[in-house]
Amino acid sequence: MFEPAEKAVQAALDAGATYADARMLSTRTESISVQNGRVEELERAESAGVGVRALIGSSWGFYATADVDDAALRTAGESAADIARASARVPGKPIELADVGVTEDSYVTPHDEAPLEVPTTEKVDMLVGVTETMQAVDGVALARAAFQAWDTEKWFVSSQGHRIHQHIVESGGGMDATALGESETQRRSFPQSFGQYETGGYETVRRWDYPGNAQRIAEEAVALLSADECPEGETTLILEASQLALQIHESVGHAIELDRILGWEAAFAGTSHLELPKLGTHKYGSPLMNITADATLAGALGTFGYDDEGTPAQRVPIVDEGIWVGVLSGRDSAHIAGLPPGGMVRGDGFNRLPMVRMTNVGLLPGDSSLEEIISETKDGIYMSTNRSWSIDDKRLNFQFGCEIAWEVKDGKLGRMLRNPTYTGITPRFWAELDMLAGGDEWVHWGTPNCGKGQPMQVAHTGHSAAPGRFATVRVGVKG
Amino acid sequence: MTQPLEIATRLVEMVGDRAEAEAQVGSGVEALTRFANSFIHQNVAEDTPAVGLKLAVDGKVASGTTNRTDDESLSRLVEETLEAASLQPVDPEWPGLTPPSDVPDVDHWDQATADADPDARAAVVEQFVAAGPGMRAAGYCDTAAMRVAFANSAGHAVEGRTTRATVDGIHQTDESAGSAHQTGGSIGMLDGAAAGSLAAERAKMGMNAYDIKPGDYEVVLSPECAATILTFLAFYGFNGKAVIEGQSFVDLGKQQFDETVEVWDDATGDGSIGLPFDLEGTPKGRVDLIAGGVSKSVVHDRRTAKAAGVESTGHSIPGSATYGAFPSDMVMGDGDESPDDMIAAVDRGLYVATFNYCRILDPKSQVVTGLTRNGTFMIENGKITGAVTNMRFTQSFVEALGPGRVLGLGNDRRFGDGEFGAGLVRAPSLRLASWHFTGGAEG
Repeated sequence: MFEPAEKAVQAALDAGATYADARMLSTRTESISVQNGRVEELERAESAGVGVRALIGSSWGFYATADVDDAALRTAGESAADIARASARVPGKPIELADVGVTEDSYVTPHDEAPLEVPTTEKVDMLVGVTETMQAVDGVALARAAFQAWDTEKWFVSSQGHRIHQHIVESGGGMDATALGESETQRRSFPQSFGQYETGGYETVRRWDYPGNAQRIAEEAVALLSADECPEGETTLILEASQLALQIHESVGHAIELDRILGWEAAFAGTSHLELPKLGTHKYGSPLMNITADATLAGALGTFGYDDEGTPAQRVPIVDEGIWVGVLSGRDSAHIAGLPPGGMVRGDGFNRLPMVRMTNVGLLPGDSSLEEIISETKDGIYMSTNRSWSIDDKRLNFQFGCEIAWEVKDGKLGRMLRNPTYTGITPRFWAELDMLAGGDEWVHWGTPNCGKGQPMQVAHTGHSAAPGRFATVRVGVKG
Repeated sequence: MTQPLEIATRLVEMVGDRAEAEAQVGSGVEALTRFANSFIHQNVAEDTPAVGLKLAVDGKVASGTTNRTDDESLSRLVEETLEAASLQPVDPEWPGLTPPSDVPDVDHWDQATADADPDARAAVVEQFVAAGPGMRAAGYCDTAAMRVAFANSAGHAVEGRTTRATVDGIHQTDESAGSAHQTGGSIGMLDGAAAGSLAAERAKMGMNAYDIKPGDYEVVLSPECAATILTFLAFYGFNGKAVIEGQSFVDLGKQQFDETVEVWDDATGDGSIGLPFDLEGTPKGRVDLIAGGVSKSVVHDRRTAKAAGVESTGHSIPGSATYGAFPSDMVMGDGDESPDDMIAAVDRGLYVATFNYCRILDPKSQVVTGLTRNGTFMIENGKITGAVTNMRFTQSFVEALGPGRVLGLGNDRRFGDGEFGAGLVRAPSLRLASWHFTGGAEG
């Protein structure tokens, strides 16, 4: 199946491209959503096509087609080159690519149970069952559960000689219960807000034990309606691991994208508070803060064999004992910065131009535990599970809402609190990190809905995290 | 490629009498020219069809999609969707198929836009960039031309087409940025130089910005901000599914907004660029959401319409089975004041060019947090006196437009670039009595 990509690349070169690559993709997905015991949607989707990227001067030209006959592939390659050439009307400095080894290889996501081969009835029955369990709790109005899996075959070819086949398998899902009050709603989710997704098969869904957690989250949703409001002020904040994972995604993962730092995303996603000359010296957080971008983590959602430029998956240090030391990069951006390419360029399907995306940007574990963190906190709030997230275009000024919180007094969890929020400024917030749970509580959380780019692209990213404590944070922001 | 209506009809024929069937087929070219640091760096186009099929086998429902239109792929789509449906429990709320019905005779099509090549988009970008000498420009110009067809086994078959073009971008100094946006049904409507000039002017005005204390401020909001407000009100509120589930703030017949607020959805009116039918083939028309500040109606697809005991309003979109129907051609009633008139009426307040990264804290209270971006200006004694740094707000959008809170509506209604994308909302500038800012640039 390398042939369609080879033909598209050759057509782009014949049309004047100085470099070209192409990806032939074939993707199958299954999506099931259930509400209150009824299947709302069951959809199977397949797509296939070729996206070809041509470099001329200062611009990439990209063309995608679902037709894979010879004429369509030639047109696609030629169109990519023509589009790149038209960019010369508003030119910049020529793009150059950092060197990577030319590879012929294949990679398959390790998985036990191919998710699309597991009987649909089994998946539907499990989802219907957990919604019925949640709905049986008095006061629950909406009980929802969902499953989604992607099975993607990619064949990558470059004009430099890459020939790489990958078979990526991703699975996941989640459930939530909603209770309705007079003037507000309260929701609890499991395993995390919007579900938990990983590379691997259906075994990743089984591992989370939805049935064993359905009643608990339903009861918590109802209890939240009568809980006290999260107080306003500054206090010690303990974050549950999935919320800390989203904190990493938003306030570190996007900020370290080299395309943002270079201004390529300035109009839409934004730029970054980070400046390249400060790489290696900028203080990002406390000495407990050690962040890596690791595309090799078994089972994490941002794991693969090669990125969409043929660069091997790798582990790149990002923050070392609180000091910023690394970025997320591709071949073009790395060349400008004078850095080795990090293998972090991916496209959303065959029909999107590959761009810098997070792999698995995670916070390495500490040596404490959630139990110990709580026991050593005299006065604070423990917040769990994201409900809302917002951050500015430089990734500095953020505000998060969580589904649930508990007061912490004299080393013990106290009353439940509703509508918890916290806000801060990125480096100041991370400087407050003073306790971090260890490897036993370290989870590869997955984010399946990271938006970036124009046209919009959605990426699947991973963020490993354990619970952590921040000494002083502003909480309880009110509308 | 074969015409979309032929493919949709062929799919329904392939299903035959084995199931109730509805098919949607879209095809066309979407192209986007993107620039940053004042040069074009990413330039893309795609020509990929989208084929969707929904089947109900004795009330058991499943869907499938593909982007292949050859007979083998279409046959596989039919057989696999039939198999998936057969494995389902019976859906007691299956609303059945749209009966044969006429759709409005509208054709939002501009051939020059459908034919636009990379040079045409680059020319718009060139004008935008040139309008800000010495500044760094970033943004995009895109064109889209889509043909869409629908057919079902009840004998309903319709087709439509639409074109759209957008230029959107910023100019940046070392310390500030200003934005501008234009969307229309044709590339000929785009004026890259005017958009670039506005962005450059706002960037210059944004220099020497200073911090101010958070709190409640009177505001004048651009059509971009108004578009974001309306998309949140629609997605979480004027949504039949959200109302049925009890998650919406909407209380039909009640004066929930200022009496000057008028909002409707209409894919068929002047200036619209929408299709005359929805994903279920239901014809579209005008739906009044807010009239005289009173919540008048919400939008439905066939499923929520059946549950509510009303007719579908024709607002089924991809994902509406889960998220509910959405009005994608909203219009807000305008006023007779220019933005300058509105600013002149403010003793002390803020002008906001765009909102950024808005997220809802709770759908029922419509409390949303977000930030200002690309132009936040202090208004004192009726004049803009300087720029302030970006602010975070935490504000109920329903309360912001509540009775007595809307002090002015602009005469500048146009497509605004809201949080959900371009081409969905036409809105004027708004002058509002109060907006709750909860943090400055430094927290």
